[in-house]
Amino acid sequence: MTIKTTGTTRRGALKTLAGGAAAATSLPFWARYAQAQTSEPIRIGFQMHRTGIGAAYGRWYGRTTEAATRLINEAGGINGRPVEIVIEDDGTDPKRGAEVVEKFATQLKCDIGYGTLFSHVVAGSAPRAGELKLPYFIVSEGHQLASGGLNRYTIQPGITDVKSQVQAMAPFVAANLGKKVTMIYPDYAFGHDHRDFFSEAIAAQGGEVVAKLAIPPTETSFTKYFPKIPRETEVIYHVMVGPAVLTFVKELGEFFGPSRPEMFGFIDSLEAVDIASPGLEFLEGSYFWEGMPRYAQPDQTSFDKFYREQVGVDANGASVADPKDVSTYAHMFACWETLYVIKAGMEAAGYQSFKDRPALIEAVEAMTDMAQSNEHPQGPKRFNGKTHQVFGQQYISQVTDGKLLVKHTTSLEDGFYPDETDYTKMPF
Amino acid sequence: MSDSTKTVILHGGLLALLFLLQFLLPAYHHGNLARIMVLATFAMGYNVMFGYTGLLSLGHALFFAAGMYGMGLAMQYAGAGPVLAMSAGLVASIVVALVVGLLALRTAGVGFMIVTLMFAQAGYLIILYYGAWTRGDEGLVMPQALRMLGAIDFSQPGPRYFAALGLFATGFLLTLWMMRSPFGKVLIAIRENEERARMLGYDVFRYKLAAVVISGTLCGLAGAAYGLLFGYVGATFASVQYSIFPLLWVLLGGAGTVIGPLIGTLFMFYLIDLSSAVTSAYMLVAGVVLVLLTLFAPQGLAGELRARVWRGLP
Repeated sequence: MTIKTTGTTRRGALKTLAGGAAAATSLPFWARYAQAQTSEPIRIGFQMHRTGIGAAYGRWYGRTTEAATRLINEAGGINGRPVEIVIEDDGTDPKRGAEVVEKFATQLKCDIGYGTLFSHVVAGSAPRAGELKLPYFIVSEGHQLASGGLNRYTIQPGITDVKSQVQAMAPFVAANLGKKVTMIYPDYAFGHDHRDFFSEAIAAQGGEVVAKLAIPPTETSFTKYFPKIPRETEVIYHVMVGPAVLTFVKELGEFFGPSRPEMFGFIDSLEAVDIASPGLEFLEGSYFWEGMPRYAQPDQTSFDKFYREQVGVDANGASVADPKDVSTYAHMFACWETLYVIKAGMEAAGYQSFKDRPALIEAVEAMTDMAQSNEHPQGPKRFNGKTHQVFGQQYISQVTDGKLLVKHTTSLEDGFYPDETDYTKMPF
Repeated sequence: MSDSTKTVILHGGLLALLFLLQFLLPAYHHGNLARIMVLATFAMGYNVMFGYTGLLSLGHALFFAAGMYGMGLAMQYAGAGPVLAMSAGLVASIVVALVVGLLALRTAGVGFMIVTLMFAQAGYLIILYYGAWTRGDEGLVMPQALRMLGAIDFSQPGPRYFAALGLFATGFLLTLWMMRSPFGKVLIAIRENEERARMLGYDVFRYKLAAVVISGTLCGLAGAAYGLLFGYVGATFASVQYSIFPLLWVLLGGAGTVIGPLIGTLFMFYLIDLSSAVTSAYMLVAGVVLVLLTLFAPQGLAGELRARVWRGLP
């Protein structure tokens, strides 16, 4: 499916056409041809989780993408060319994801691929993007890229990876919540990443993980796991995801009653879920990582205000059209920011056609600091060209009266770790 | 024209066509067909058990994943090249098929379906459990440098297509030969009337076990080839939907026919690919088409061909 968001009016288009025709007649033949080539839209293949487990994320990634594209086109597009978003549903499935990437590169003639979130879909698709030499801008958080597992054509300039996010949480947890941590996480790659990265990070802060409770993905009731939480536990670190999360919170509340340890979780558990949902009362007073604060804060930046308005999100992080349609606010900003990085990269590279794809990658690799702005509303960032990974600040919020209130903002440096690869040495 | 001549013309012609298409297809469909041939091999493996022997398994993702992970883990952790890694995948799938066959064949009918489903689910959870090695649901990306056999780079379109065609042709000819051999006739006899086959003196258990092992091995080879040719090994391929897919492909194409699995896989692939370009409710479209086919062509596309045109279609 193709959505055109060129943002031109009929009158504007007629004017442009008339002007273009007049100019073209005065040009030599080859120049007319070149003009015709470069007036074509820049086609961005959007690999969307429209169906499958990632559908809630996909819906909001779609809305954010649409808003950013509209603004980019209203401001003149990229290198004077309009941007066209070409959407293909990958069903949040790695096999279909690879097929979609192939379709972008070989049939739909997209300039780049973009927008993948779930790390298993990235892992299934990225090899094909590399083989087809299609720049592939992922919006995933996964550490597999920065660890050197992918290829030079795959790049993540809009969102911090999970290793950095988790590492940045440890100083706050150790200093404010406690040093003896019990981790409860789903027993698959996402949970294992949290287990491994946080265990290391909290140890560096003088803390320790006193118990690691891995919950099998098929589990629907969690009561039997809670007696395994050691008495000495000061903080429960939880990253349960999926539909079972409501049961998890409810049963945890029933287990502890009014006297519970401190609690810290990743909002991934509750993206697109209203914090004020029945059953989640137990979370009051607990802390969450947020990629970007869902609720408009008292000190809201003008950038957040602008971004929120453009995407159509209210002060509570829900759709302005439907207050029950809660966004995936902690992640979807990355689509917006990635599109602006693509724009900046294409402009720096003077991108015209497929042959400029390596130049585009090099242009993005050359990027470093990105200031907080309308283009980067989540906060300032630093891009590491060697690892193809961006690093941004993270937010820690407390559930207060059923809303998330930011208590701490990490520095960029909190999330830095030594480079694990250097993609710039990899040939195109 | 005799049945044998027609068989040679049809099946030989199909392989020749697949060979020629390598030079004719545009890039997108060229890549698709390579993938379809690998998946059709998976379906052919399934067909040996379901279509010819009458054993309805709901756990064939296990065999596909056994081959895939046998290949993938050998490549990832032992630095094995394509030949060694594929051999590891082959051995893994034979061993898994033998064990599953020995245990699951103690049951029959619904019991067999449930036991195979449970085995596959156990396999899926084992992959997640040993996430330190398998990277769980995220999976492993195969290093491109190891996906080379001398100067042949399996990540490139040409070698990938030929490798897929080679795999498909092997499974295709093996199935064709087997179903025309006395061994295959016994499998069909078991499907038609197991008690009668037993009464005639055949050791039904051994024949069924052989069918499970041949089926599992073909599926495992397809899994290993998928990982090698497309560079990714992941737990999704061990999930229950990959046990259902080969059943669908075989039912659509025509259970108990040699060409059916390819037709079913091809049909389903393009049904989803084309309908997803039109609507986000493409699975609904696929569902409706499946219902219609079940109503009006219950024996699948090749099955209808056999019923209406050529009763001798193997």
